[in-house]
Parts: sequence; C-alpha cells; structure tokens
Amino acid sequence: MEKTTPTNIWKKSKLTAAIILGGAILASTMTFSATVQAQSESLQILNVSYDPTRELYREYNDWFSNYWQEQTGETVTIRQSHGGAGSQARAVLDGLEADVVTLALAYDIDQFHERSDLIPADWQSRLPNNSSPYTSTIVLLVRDGNPKNIQDWDDLVRNDVEVITPNPKTSGGARWNYLAAWGYALDKFDGDEQKVFEFVRDIYKNVPVLDSGARGATNTFVQRGIGDVLLAWENEAFLATEQLGQGEFEIVVPSVSILAEPPVTVIDKNVDAHGTREVSTAYLEQLYSDEAQRLAGKHYYRPSNETIAAEFADQFPEVERFTVDEVFEGWTNAQETHFNDGGRFDDILEQVGNPTN
Amino acid sequence: MPNLNQPRNVIPGFGLTMGFSLFYLGLVFLIPVAGLLIFTTTMSWADFWSAISHPQVVASYKLSFGASLIGALINLFFGMLVAWVLVRYRFPGKRIVDALVDLPFALPTAVAGIALVTLYASTGWVGQHLDVFGIRVAYTQLGVVVALTYIGLPFVVRTVQPVLEDLEAEFEEVSASLGASRFTTVRRVILPALLPAALTGFALAFARALGEYGSVVFISGNLPYRTEITPLLIVTKIEQFDYQGAAAIGTVMLLAAFLLLLLINGLQWWASRRH
Repeated sequence: MEKTTPTNIWKKSKLTAAIILGGAILASTMTFSATVQAQSESLQILNVSYDPTRELYREYNDWFSNYWQEQTGETVTIRQSHGGAGSQARAVLDGLEADVVTLALAYDIDQFHERSDLIPADWQSRLPNNSSPYTSTIVLLVRDGNPKNIQDWDDLVRNDVEVITPNPKTSGGARWNYLAAWGYALDKFDGDEQKVFEFVRDIYKNVPVLDSGARGATNTFVQRGIGDVLLAWENEAFLATEQLGQGEFEIVVPSVSILAEPPVTVIDKNVDAHGTREVSTAYLEQLYSDEAQRLAGKHYYRPSNETIAAEFADQFPEVERFTVDEVFEGWTNAQETHFNDGGRFDDILEQVGNPTN
Repeated sequence: MPNLNQPRNVIPGFGLTMGFSLFYLGLVFLIPVAGLLIFTTTMSWADFWSAISHPQVVASYKLSFGASLIGALINLFFGMLVAWVLVRYRFPGKRIVDALVDLPFALPTAVAGIALVTLYASTGWVGQHLDVFGIRVAYTQLGVVVALTYIGLPFVVRTVQPVLEDLEAEFEEVSASLGASRFTTVRRVILPALLPAALTGFALAFARALGEYGSVVFISGNLPYRTEITPLLIVTKIEQFDYQGAAAIGTVMLLAAFLLLLLINGLQWWASRRH
C-alpha cells in the first residue's frame, strides 16, 4: 500500500470535496426545478399576514375559494402565514414568495419598495381606503370589575398600575399603541413635546414585560395574569373577552384613540413570476365585498363599508379616532422620529431602563 | 498525527473521510461563520463601534455572559453531584433518572421556557411561595439564570459520568489505606481525575447558555437594559431591518465565545497534563 503523505492527502481530499460539491449542486437544482413545475400545475397563493388575523383569514379563505370556483371554475388553494408584523415583512423581503400581504401597518409594506423592487411606490392607492379593507383601533383591556379603576390614558401613568404592551421595535400593534398614547398626550398638553415625552415615558415605566408581538402580550396578560391593563388591538381585546376568558376581562374604550389601518397589497414581482396576478388581485378586491366585510365585523375588525359597519354598530362603541397622517405626518415620519435607532422610543428606554439615570 | 504513519487503518480511505470532513465542516459551519464576518466587514469602523458599544447592547452582554457563567457554575457543581450519584449508587428508578437528565436536550426550548414561566410567575406553583419572601424569578434577571441553568444541566453530567465509571473505587481504598482522610482523597485523587471532563462539560454548558434564545425570551420579560439578552437584541435588530447592526453584535458574541472557549480548553489541557 502506498504510504500516505500530507501532499497527496490534500490532493485526494480536494478531489473528493469537488466531487461531493458537484453532486450536491446537481441534486439541489433537480429538486428546485421539480418544485417550480409543481407550482405551475395548481393555482395556489400565499397570504403573509400578521398575528391576530388568523381567525379572520381562515374563514375568508374558505369563502374566497368557493367564490373563485363559482366565478371561474378554477380551484385555488390559499396558504396562510402568520407572525409578528415586523418579522413577517422581513421574511417577504428576504425572499418568502408571498403573492399578497395583509400586514399591520403601511410602513412595513413601504419597505418592499424602499429596500427592494417588489412593489411600486403607489401601492397604497391601488385599492380603496388606503388599501385597508377593515380598520381597528387601540383599546384598554382590564380585569373583571376594573379593580384599578382605569378609565383613560391618564390612568396608565399612575404608580400602582402595571401596563402590558409589546415592543414597538418588533410589533406593529405596539407601534399603534405607542402612537395612540402619544397622540392623546399631544392633545392633552397642547403640543408641548417635552410633557408629551414624559407622559409616554411614564407609561413605559409601568411596563414589566416587553413581548415581541401582540399575541405574546395578550398571553402574558391573559394566561400569566401579569399586569393590570393590556393595550390591545380592539379585535384582540374582543377575542380575550369573548373567547379566551369569558367574564374575566372588560374592555375600556379611551376618550380618544388612533385609527389603525392594516393595509393589503399584491406583491407584483411574485405574482408575475407565479402567474397569479389575476386571482391575487381578486382575492384582495373581494375583501371589500359585502360578505367579506361582514366576516371582518364578525371577527371584530371595523368594516370600511359604512352600510355593513352600521350592522355592527352595537358591537363597536363610538370612539374619536385620529389618523397617523393627521398627527404624525405619515408612517415614514413616525417611524423615523419614534422607532428607528436613536428615536424617541430609544430615549424612553434609556431613561426608563438604564439604572444610572 | 500517529494515524498517518500506520500502514493499516480500521477505516480505509483516509482521503475520502478527510475530504468529506473538510467539506462537511465547511458547508455547515465555516461558510455561515465566514458569511457573518464578511458581512460585518462591509461596515465602517465607526458604525461597527457604535453598534457594539451602545449602552443597551453593553447591558445585554453583561446579562448574557454573567447569567451564562452563573448557570454553568451551578451546573458544574450539581452536575458532578448527579454524575456521582448515578455512577456510585444503586437505587430504584436509577435508569429513569439517568434518562431524565437528557430531557433538556430533547425538549423544545420554547416549551421549557413556557413551563418555567408558568411555574415561576408570581401566580405559579413555585412562584407564589417565593413571592411571600419577596423573591421574584419570572421577568427578572434571576429568571434568565434559572432558564440557562435548566438547559445546561446535561452537559457536565454526561461528560463526567463516563470518566467516573472508569475510575475504580479501588483508588479510593488505596488512598484510604495509605492514610489519607476522606477530604484528601476527594481533593487529591478524585477531583484531579474528573477535572478535565468537568471543564469540558462546563465549557459546553456555558457555550450553550450564551446562544440560548427560545427558553429565555419567555421568562426574562425582555426589558432593554435590564432583562434583555444579547441573542434577543440581535433578533430585534434584524426585525428592524438593521442587518448590519445584528451582524456586528453577532461578531462580538462569536469572538468573545471563541476566546472564552479557547481559554477553557487551555485550562483543561493544563489540568490533564498536571494529572
């Protein structure tokens, strides 16, 4: 047997590595082309959404498959993906091949144009009502009987109140919470920025747990029993009172809150690659149909169609709602001022969290 | 490398196995790590420094390294104890206990985190009793230590156990017959033999704890500056589309962990030489 010297070991191992590498590449291309073929045979779309829409889209997808079958005779399968709005947007940006996205706020969708060429700049004007088929707002969820007597945003800065809200850096819902509080304070202190900042900072002083998403915060409040008040999407608060713990919680509607518009759009680059533009567009347009609007209302989202909204008037209390455009000059501005690194929320974290302050 | 000069090896084809090992290591380990480092080098030095030295980030290093160290130290002590009990005594249910030790490996860390927080929340079975004494575990730094201790448990046990099995009880008898006290026997005979294995276990538990994410996020409360671990901060950065900031902090973690492991390996080498 030939004596193995380091040089020919190296030669041999290089050769072997090259053969294996070649084989691996070949194998992966074969699997890849197999998946592409499978996709073109059946009509399938992927809807990437945020956390609390699970129940709504489960029902809407069934309805839409039937509708599409009746209209065109084609069978369409809708796949769903849910998670924190920020991480869902990042997944799409990183290559998750969503045909449509139904996310928590416009800023996350803007990133598909800003950081990539997935959609055009004017995406939000392609569908009615800023591409938001349903709206929501932020309410306060308290424990049964409201033991801490929490009535409005002012009560959240009290020393004896623990507030549960997720981290605005990662959660779309948390950004709405934060902006709702900020908007209220702007009005209360007549636009005195310093006082507004201190007010919102004092709310975050009372936060014992900062979850990364809205569902996580709901679980902390409902399942773990932490905190006296949960800042929540209205639909999430209804879910808690109606389903998670009936009779254990109460919804307190603050004097003023924010008009939350969770927008939807097709991802142009993906639908063109998949050949699903027609069905994806119809999927979103039908969200504005009477039936879908009723489904939205049933799942505690406020329908944008006023006639249908009137049918749910008993369910949704009147609340004065300001918009992000009115108070914060749009999402990009709000994001840059408040949530980006070095923004106002970082100042709050520093003052609240840093033991040296 | 003595293997190279042996004419016959039990596994034939050194070239093949070596080639595959290099390829495998490269594919699953070196390429991702190199990718991280290359990505970091696209940052300017000033950006890199400001990303890794922000007070919030520094606070998370302190918590991550501190809690991992404490967790690994607790496991070093109790892991050796468990290994001792499992090797030196017979008792009913010993095999079950032996199997239980591996459970933290198998259980999804998220499940572990949720279980721990359910127990230690101030309304939980354990938490409500601790609450009486004013001790809070869930949503504090103590909670982070508890989670990191839990996930690191098997390492010391599993590294020390085989060494202990090989260490005949006769050594202890010889030591005693030569007039050594029990304490001297432990200190001069048993511990030196176990030390290299125990250090390996300690290093593994420590390294595992540094990278742990799933269980900690449930029990820590995730408050910046107070209970935010570095891996969570990295995830938060990525979700804000700050890939560079995340890579920079990741690089710091990588280098720090590598240096620490190198140090522990050095200690281990020194301990086994001395023995």
